[in-house]
Amino acid sequence: MSAVTAAAVDGGVTTGPAPMPPGRYTFAGALRSEWTKLCSVRSTTWSLVATAVLTVAIGILATGSEASRWAHSDLGDRLAFDPTSLSLAGFLFGQLAIGVLGVLMVSAEYGTGTIRATFGAIPHRTLVLAAKVAVFSGVAFVLGEILAFASFFIGQAILSGSTPTAALSQPGVLRAVVGGGLFLTVLGLFALGLGTIIRHSAGAITAFVGIFFVIPLIVEALPSSIKDAVGKYLPDNIGATMTTVKPGFRTDVPTFSPWISFGLLCAYAAVALIVGGVLLARRDA
Amino acid sequence: MIEARGLTKHYGDTTAVRDLSFDVRPGQVTGFLGPNGSGKSTTMRMIMGLDRPDAGRVTVNGHVYRDLHWPLREVGALLEAKAIHPGRSAFDHLWALAQTNGIPRSRVTAVLDEVGLESVARKRAGKFSLGMGQRLGIAAALLGDPGVLLFDEPVNGLDPEGIRWVRHLLRGLAAEGRTVFVSSHLMSEMALTADQLVVIGRGRLIAEMPVAEFIACNSRQFVRVRTSTVTELTELTDALARAGAQVVDDDGAICVTGPCAAEIGDLAASTGVTLHELSPQMASLEDAFMELTRDSVEFHVHDDDADHPGAAGGDRPVPVSGLAPGER
Repeated sequence: MSAVTAAAVDGGVTTGPAPMPPGRYTFAGALRSEWTKLCSVRSTTWSLVATAVLTVAIGILATGSEASRWAHSDLGDRLAFDPTSLSLAGFLFGQLAIGVLGVLMVSAEYGTGTIRATFGAIPHRTLVLAAKVAVFSGVAFVLGEILAFASFFIGQAILSGSTPTAALSQPGVLRAVVGGGLFLTVLGLFALGLGTIIRHSAGAITAFVGIFFVIPLIVEALPSSIKDAVGKYLPDNIGATMTTVKPGFRTDVPTFSPWISFGLLCAYAAVALIVGGVLLARRDA
Repeated sequence: MIEARGLTKHYGDTTAVRDLSFDVRPGQVTGFLGPNGSGKSTTMRMIMGLDRPDAGRVTVNGHVYRDLHWPLREVGALLEAKAIHPGRSAFDHLWALAQTNGIPRSRVTAVLDEVGLESVARKRAGKFSLGMGQRLGIAAALLGDPGVLLFDEPVNGLDPEGIRWVRHLLRGLAAEGRTVFVSSHLMSEMALTADQLVVIGRGRLIAEMPVAEFIACNSRQFVRVRTSTVTELTELTDALARAGAQVVDDDGAICVTGPCAAEIGDLAASTGVTLHELSPQMASLEDAFMELTRDSVEFHVHDDDADHPGAAGGDRPVPVSGLAPGER
């Protein structure tokens, strides 16, 4: 490394290849590189900020309108009322944004051609994928939890005085709020897997939207026997189950318990990432 | 040192590279020459381990690329211009690459200086011209100060000054003892830059030899002669033919293969013919290269001259490439 530095000090004029330092490229280096890539593109920052603002804003709108409507709502609505889940209403938008970001972690590299430089620097491709997964998970989890807690506290503040409110100490509330951030993270990882499999941004985002938003609409139109059997496996119902304190009220189909739902989501993400990783290693770049 | 042995690559039904073997040695610039679509980029990607060969193997310094411990410190590559996220700065692009191979930040600044991009290092690369993109790609190749360098069409999009700079850079890198492998579809560029040539067409090896040898084997020398009158020209043509020279009409002049200019001048003087032109000529290397790869060009332009070189007779001017002795 000293020879490289020396060449740089010479004014950049190289005088023959530098001697090779001991060791080899590492996962830590791959992590630092992925972090640099993520932070150095302005659109990433902007989309994260936009995600944050809109997620919280939608939560504010949802809680605000409920607060003003409460006096006129009937008993059934009042029984089903879940102030925790309502305050997390903005996560519907957050899911879409985090999914797009997950897809772009990989597909943007194919779109711009930088994937070849990346694999040229780190020929062990699954190491690259692992670094992307780690960096993305970290960012998505921190952002997701901040948004979940922010949405929760702001939402409860808006509701207080008009409707019953939730507190983190009540049963299931902390689990639902933390679940919001976890759901975003793992859903984003599923999208990252899709991006690795499909490689084209537009195609992968379409697939993600299709799985997340279109399939539920189709299932909704099916006879209730099928709907009840299939519904609990759908990612949108998993998300609803994870972020609600009253599971039976938020969705109109039978669901798994919150943690089993989360396990199922993790399995989806794992399958997408494993298939993506195998294809990544086998295919020409 | 790059060693390719029996490299073969299919894409569906098309064979991009077929049983290709060659060596690229250190200390010289090796030109990788072939028409567009002849498999140069595919070969480069196989060297880099990006595309997997269907048969054969290629090693860099004795190792398959994916086994290299510090790939960027051993091999630097410019594969395509502007392979960079448009929203990322040149500095960040290189810094992200540098971090993977433990290359210090100071080296990023140094290579940006070296390629002349220091003033735009913090600008978003989406605004770069093709030439600036090439310079950034070259900076990325130099980043790890590697002993082996691959450049795929490095002068594309560069202005004449940039082309000279690349030529100088490549020769300098080779002079430092590095292995320099540079592809081009322009023979003239390679004649100025390369020491050694690997010529391919339709994915097959056509020639592997020093540039000087390639020029000697493939360029044809002849002398163009013009006289004051048509009668004198005929007279001289007859005299030359008797002396065993090959003579071809060339639009009011003749092209003579065999004797040198001095001998032709002496012959003209002895037959009393007044010369208006006596100029030694050399068929261009581009012609030689096209001649060599004619049968292997993927997409022909279908005009008569291209398909039937040297077939013209009668009043038509004879193309220079029609002067090959073998074709007469």
